[in-house]
Amino acid sequence: MPGVDAVLLARAQWAFTMGFHIVFPVISIGLASYLAVLEGLWLTTGQEVYLNLYKYWIKIFSVTFGMGVVSGLVMSYQFGSNWSVFADKAGPIVGPLMAYEVLTAFFLESGFLGVMLFGLKRVGPRLHFIATLAVALGTLLSAFWILSANSWMQTPAGFAINAAGQFVPRSWLHIVFNPSFPYRLVHMVLASYLSTALIVGGVAAWHLLCHRETAEVRRMFSMALWMATLLAPLQIIAGDQHGLNTLKYQPVKIMGVEGHYRSYPHGAPLVLVGIPEQRAGRMRDALEIPKLGSLILEHRLDAPLAGLDSVPRQDWPYVPVIFWTFRIMVGLAFAMLALGLASLALRLRGRLYVHRGLQRAALVMAPTGLIAVIAGWFTTEVGRQPYTVYHLLRTAQSASPIAAPAVISSLATFAVVYFVVFGAGVMFVLRLMRRPPHPGEVPPFEGAPHRSAGITPAPAVHPDRTLHTHAPAQSAPRPQEPVP
Amino acid sequence: MSAVAVAVGSPDIVLSYVWAGIIAFAVFGYIAMDGFDLGIGMLFALFTTEQDRTHVMNSIAPMWDGNETWLVLGGGALMAVFPLAYAVLIPALYTPLIAMLIGLIFRGVAFEFRWRTHRGKPYWDAGFCLGSTLAAFMQGVALGAVLQGIHVQGRHYAGGWWDWVSPFSVLTGLSLMAGYATLGAGWLILKTEGELQQRAYRIARGCGIALFIGMVAVSTATPFLQNRYYQRWFAWPTVFATAQVPLLVAIVTALFFYGLHRRWQRAPFLLTVALFVLAYLGLGISIYPYLVPESITIRAAAAPAASQLFLLIGTAVLVPIILCYTGYAYWVFRGKVGAEGYH
Repeated sequence: MPGVDAVLLARAQWAFTMGFHIVFPVISIGLASYLAVLEGLWLTTGQEVYLNLYKYWIKIFSVTFGMGVVSGLVMSYQFGSNWSVFADKAGPIVGPLMAYEVLTAFFLESGFLGVMLFGLKRVGPRLHFIATLAVALGTLLSAFWILSANSWMQTPAGFAINAAGQFVPRSWLHIVFNPSFPYRLVHMVLASYLSTALIVGGVAAWHLLCHRETAEVRRMFSMALWMATLLAPLQIIAGDQHGLNTLKYQPVKIMGVEGHYRSYPHGAPLVLVGIPEQRAGRMRDALEIPKLGSLILEHRLDAPLAGLDSVPRQDWPYVPVIFWTFRIMVGLAFAMLALGLASLALRLRGRLYVHRGLQRAALVMAPTGLIAVIAGWFTTEVGRQPYTVYHLLRTAQSASPIAAPAVISSLATFAVVYFVVFGAGVMFVLRLMRRPPHPGEVPPFEGAPHRSAGITPAPAVHPDRTLHTHAPAQSAPRPQEPVP
Repeated sequence: MSAVAVAVGSPDIVLSYVWAGIIAFAVFGYIAMDGFDLGIGMLFALFTTEQDRTHVMNSIAPMWDGNETWLVLGGGALMAVFPLAYAVLIPALYTPLIAMLIGLIFRGVAFEFRWRTHRGKPYWDAGFCLGSTLAAFMQGVALGAVLQGIHVQGRHYAGGWWDWVSPFSVLTGLSLMAGYATLGAGWLILKTEGELQQRAYRIARGCGIALFIGMVAVSTATPFLQNRYYQRWFAWPTVFATAQVPLLVAIVTALFFYGLHRRWQRAPFLLTVALFVLAYLGLGISIYPYLVPESITIRAAAAPAASQLFLLIGTAVLVPIILCYTGYAYWVFRGKVGAEGYH
């Protein structure tokens, strides 16, 4: 059936472009807040080490932010290109939420990003700090709206359906704050902070392992591991609460995640691992702990739990994917918890910067936040199948009337372009990370042409042109205004 | 506005026209602002020394991201308030839009990437130039494809994925390229001085000639695409009103070339923007009251009033604020740009 193929290809395209895209906003959310903290600490304490860290991480921020912008642009048009029926039907509800994202977040970020990257000398440190705060606020507002839209698709509320089959708003309060939204927002913002902290900690750990132990490296190692210590347990609690919310509103998704193909009237086991056989509708070679599933989900050992055998087969999510992605996410979360606790124990014993095992662990853990984020999104999105708007609009009935060859061509094009462009981008980020942050750190683009020409080390060019000038912008000679 | 309509979730005619105006404004904001930086991307190939390239790139580096946000707003708001038009137009423009996005990807990352590599720099520079060119061309093609009419059945696009190709859409693509290049040259005149600025004047002259030829060709061809366009432009006595548009185009064009000749600094850019306003007005005259020419009107495509009103409140509050801080950002980076840029 050609129609089915086009839908599957459109889903593959969404998963592929989204899988790439999501990494960048996660880092942007985390790094923007981190940069705001660093600049705030610099302004209040006057310690040079924070300014150097700021200048170090803003370079990485600007590369990842740029990649986030262009990959996000693709996402915003994909609703129309591959999912036009969804756009027509859910547009009146999802559209305004995304337009609010543009109005409140994207303009704020892009409007102040220029000042943040290029403008310190022109506006002075205080206004520059406001620009950094504006960008950080923008990233969080962006998360707010896009997660509201996504959550509405998972747990739709506050709507009616009109004669044309469109979802129409009845209560915006119920739409924006739909049942799963607060949980998903907290879970995702924590995930962004935690993922970024693990990256920062991993970079610091690598420099410590290589004996490039500047004050900046030590400070960011300490800051990052404080975040892991504090946020990993919080994230596990938030994830548990999110799971209970899902059990209430999307029990079928939980059945898939737990690998419960059959119902358990007298208490369900916790399936640790096993091989889900979707066609046969059973778990093979499952390693289970009896009754623990009911204890976790219902807080009672004998609580009955329905399985997928109580649901028509055409409404099943594809268990083999979500069963495993969920376990990857949870497994990594506990590894993060262990890292956080180990760092706390070593910190209390004064061995934070010397314990090689901790540094190796932090280095290995660096990408795990991002891996957990992608695994988590696969769990929640594949778990929503076979619907785009849960229980109301089927995925198969959401796609554009576009022929499969068109979808496969665009998918292949995106695949090639993404690997080239974002592959290069990741390489540039790694190259920036290879150098440790150090005293006299250069801000982004500072003397870029000089540096690349290799004539003068940029910080030596103009002392007044480094980031730590306190001179008000107006003291600089004003460039001549064009005269007609 | 009618509280009743809000309650029943049906469209409201006043709101719909207000929104059509806002989206027209957002799209124009995009064309004028991203237009000049896409134009500079296209002209990038003409500048070969590293110093000139740095100058040229620095003149737009702090703004391009904000400029492109208007494109996201146009897409997002269209889906929110005219979902049917969005659901028909985007699949109809599938190929040109994806090509445009690919172009914008290469163009956008070049701002960061070219500073981060020695060996790779020529490739990212080429990506910057070709990406900008591809994006500009495909935007023009998309415009031509919409103007020449697209095949709609019920609530769906019913054509193929190559329907957009025609001599007319290629012509609009090339014309928009010329227009953006002229805007870019005008921006360079504003932002540079000395030898670089003199070159920008010469480039603006060449691009301006191409733009003028493109405008004449597109304007001549458009009325013959659809009978209704012809009626709209040449019907008696409204022809006296519509004739003002080409008349003004002629006056503005003459002023543009005179300004170049006299080495005015701001006028070339502003007069090119004025030409875009006139071309946009002409477009509106042809298309109104349709969003998808000949098949979907503003009324038919409208989302329920509750959607339009909800977003209108935010827009009324936020867009003035956005314009303020966008203006502030431009003001921070005002004046001539040097090889060290704004740092």
